Amino acid sequence: MVNLIWIFMIIIGLLFSFYNGTTSEVNQAMFEASGNAVELIIGFIAIFTFWLGMMEVAKKAGLLRVITSICSPFLSRLFPDLPKKDPSFGFIMSNVTANFFGLGNAATPFGIKAMKEMQKLNPAPDKASRSMVTFLCLNTAAITFFPATIVSLRLTEGAADPLDIVIPAFLATLVSCSTAIIYDRISWQIVSRRRK
Amino acid sequence: MAAIQLASGFFLPTLILIILITALCTRTDAFGAFVEGGKEGLQLSIALLPYLLGMLVAISVLRASGILDLMTGFFSPVLEKLMIPSELLPLFLTRPISGSASLGIVAELTNSLGPDHMASKIAAVVQGSTDTTLYILTVYFGAVGIRKMGRALTVGLLADFTGMIAAVMISAWYFGFFS
Repeated sequence: MVNLIWIFMIIIGLLFSFYNGTTSEVNQAMFEASGNAVELIIGFIAIFTFWLGMMEVAKKAGLLRVITSICSPFLSRLFPDLPKKDPSFGFIMSNVTANFFGLGNAATPFGIKAMKEMQKLNPAPDKASRSMVTFLCLNTAAITFFPATIVSLRLTEGAADPLDIVIPAFLATLVSCSTAIIYDRISWQIVSRRRK
Repeated sequence: MAAIQLASGFFLPTLILIILITALCTRTDAFGAFVEGGKEGLQLSIALLPYLLGMLVAISVLRASGILDLMTGFFSPVLEKLMIPSELLPLFLTRPISGSASLGIVAELTNSLGPDHMASKIAAVVQGSTDTTLYILTVYFGAVGIRKMGRALTVGLLADFTGMIAAVMISAWYFGFFS
């Protein structure tokens, strides 16, 4: 699926650029994007090294186990395929909390650790498991109480009230997160029924 | 509102404080653990480069070719009928595939229309309430080496679509109601 999307994005873009006369823009954009990716990864190195280091301390100190057992009753409903008190719960909780405060950069390393824990229980290691799809829904439609980047943008642009978008954005994330989870449940039902 | 900003700023420092105090109380080798986890983070982020680079290049080709502008022209009459400002269309098309590009669109809108224009407000709500699905899928699945995403992409994009509709409707209601 992603393979095809990737191929088609590039083919369609290139063919259209021949028609549109934008080949030089496309040439430039490709190399700029490669450079951007490297810059992004350099940022990742800093954040991942720091936060995965901290999380390892939390794990060794037993703190992650405490967080896991606190949120286990709630999360095991959302992730019925994961065993109770699975170590991924601690990371999932940290990821969701960081997203809630609009700290997307810190949320990513927690999310990746959660994925790694879930991958240990994955029966087919090259395919996304049910829990992983649910977890991705929690992330692409993350409940965000404070979208920090956009608030600071509106602040610099001199909005009358830069914070006026916080409440509607929060309500919108509530709607999108719950629909994402409903879609996830429905599509899982369809797929598992088809398999039978 | 100031309290939220404060809580947001306090979250990570408090987390670090709790982690380190717990480590002290349980006599954990905190620095050793930090270095160990940090090494994993270092390897992980470097391993992500090919995934991210491949995806960013594909997105940039699509954007630079100008095909998104063509689609904007194609879809804007539909939006006009739904009374949604058509300036928002590039944002709807870009939001699920590129976070930085869509942030750029919001910044440009806010700058040209003024931050208190209805379209800028809706744009801010859309940007603030949804996340870049393609980026999340690339990074998270790339990190654990999953090739077959199964339902994840469909569900993610469907959730984006609903989320953006919800964002537009909620902000129309909210700002209409309070102004």
